[in-house]
Amino acid sequence: MLQLNQIYKVFNEGTPDEKLALGNLELQMTKGEFVTVIGSNGAGKSTLMNMISGKILPDAGEVIIDGENVSTIEEHARAKMIGRVFQDPMLGTAPHMTIEENMAIAYGRTNRRGFGFGVTKKRKALFKESLSTLHLGLENRMSAKVGLLSGGERQALSLLMATFTDPKILLLDEHTAALDPSRAELVTNLTKEIVEKNQLTTLMVTHNMQQAIDLGNSLIMMDKGQIIFEARGVEKQELTVEKLLNEFQRIKGEKMLNDRAVLI
Amino acid sequence: MFSALFNSFESGMIYAIMALGVYLTFRILDFPDMTVEGSFVTGASVAAIMIVNGFSPIVATFCAMVAGFIAGTMTGLLHTKGKINPLLAGILMMIALYSINLRIMGASNIPLLSQTTIITNIQDAWAGTGLDNMLNGLLSIMGLGDSLPKTWAILIVMLIVAVIIQAGMSAFLKTEIGLALRATGDNEAMVKSFSAHTGNMKILGLAIGNALVAFSGSLVAQYNGFSDIGMGIGIIVIGLASVIIGEALFGAKTIARATLAVIGGAIIYRIVVTLALRVEFLDTGDVKLITALIVVGALVIPKISDKQKEKSRKKKRLKELQMRHIETLSKGG
Repeated sequence: MLQLNQIYKVFNEGTPDEKLALGNLELQMTKGEFVTVIGSNGAGKSTLMNMISGKILPDAGEVIIDGENVSTIEEHARAKMIGRVFQDPMLGTAPHMTIEENMAIAYGRTNRRGFGFGVTKKRKALFKESLSTLHLGLENRMSAKVGLLSGGERQALSLLMATFTDPKILLLDEHTAALDPSRAELVTNLTKEIVEKNQLTTLMVTHNMQQAIDLGNSLIMMDKGQIIFEARGVEKQELTVEKLLNEFQRIKGEKMLNDRAVLI
Repeated sequence: MFSALFNSFESGMIYAIMALGVYLTFRILDFPDMTVEGSFVTGASVAAIMIVNGFSPIVATFCAMVAGFIAGTMTGLLHTKGKINPLLAGILMMIALYSINLRIMGASNIPLLSQTTIITNIQDAWAGTGLDNMLNGLLSIMGLGDSLPKTWAILIVMLIVAVIIQAGMSAFLKTEIGLALRATGDNEAMVKSFSAHTGNMKILGLAIGNALVAFSGSLVAQYNGFSDIGMGIGIIVIGLASVIIGEALFGAKTIARATLAVIGGAIIYRIVVTLALRVEFLDTGDVKLITALIVVGALVIPKISDKQKEKSRKKKRLKELQMRHIETLSKGG
């Protein structure tokens, strides 16, 4: 479903600030695969997400989604295939618009927008049904401005909006990191539920090792713009935080103490 | 006094169309668009030169709108394709339009007094209906018989035009494209991730906004009987004043309410200026100063009154709590 071939990306080339963000990165994901991504700050996780979403384009290499080479296609056009939830709950929704208007924008992702009304009676029923799956009571507040919702509610809504029209790829960018533990758990459970129900091909970045191990059916670890460890299938199921740390230590053999603090 | 207020209603309605354009760019797109200072005059210039050259005033006014649409598109392109900061893109366009407007008019002023304009068309058509006599009769009964307006045509037709534009705008902002446009001003990253081309949305918003501003400019030229290169100075502030006064007085809960509030704000702004100019020592040169003061007032006063309200609310609550405390103490004792 998703294929990254020999992706190469450098920022500020030729200056003292030159930084290799992704170096000949290779990644294959099959349909319905749920991959969690871990790595310390600056490892290239966010660059990887932005590379797939089209926010940045590769210097060399190919991004292939569902057999289509999208390497040069811009973010907004690629977004037809990609659902994305950001770390900041404020980023995924428009605060001065109502819940149903936000849903209508999400609904418009896959088709060309026209001069028909965004919120119709028929769609309202659809939105309501879909909102009720969140069990947050949002289906009764559809004409409330999104800015009035709490961070957890907004993030749950963002998740719903991103997955509403069956994206080919779902990108989750530390989407529970800014929430308190109980809300984070709620959004994590919703994520599990929605991804399983719709069999979404998902890539999730997280700083929480336990979450990375609990969720999904594959795990990759990144460092310095490369994938340094991959666990799929049974290997992934048998992973523990301790094993993962040992693995990281074995590969890196250095500065574990610092990274330990960042990763857990 | 009554006729002065009547006139301020009339011109308030015409300027309301401009204010709706400013509302679209400033509030909906969150784009402080200075282009309006130029596109207002562009509308006036195009309409004036075409009318003087014998075109039908309706065609001339339509072309004025198209000219404004193009001006807005240019600003949008400067910002989205040229990556120029919004404020600077607008200022550049405004300064460029100054020269263009002079070219269009061929002089710094075109008088329209003896020409057939949309305003005279409306008045002629209206005269046939005999509604003036009826409405003036009504006024006489109310005891205002000594300063009857010459015609009600402009007031009523412009009210209808403004309300049609307002209704059209609030309907447009509920369409799929309209929602994407609003989201572009509200959260650009979000609407991009839902596959909307935010650059095109900005261009579209700026184009429509400036088309409305140019439309208003062409009507002002025909209403006042001249087009002048300096008539756009301070237009952006008048537009903002209308938007901010409207929001402060009538609220902005829904789009329909906010757009109606803009029309209300435009009329109130005119009335305040008219009243201020009746003060002995103020003359027409002070209008810009008065405008600036109105905007400052509309921005600051609601904040102060909100704070005052909060204070008294807190005080009241505190007193309640103290009372309850005393009660429980006395019961306990």
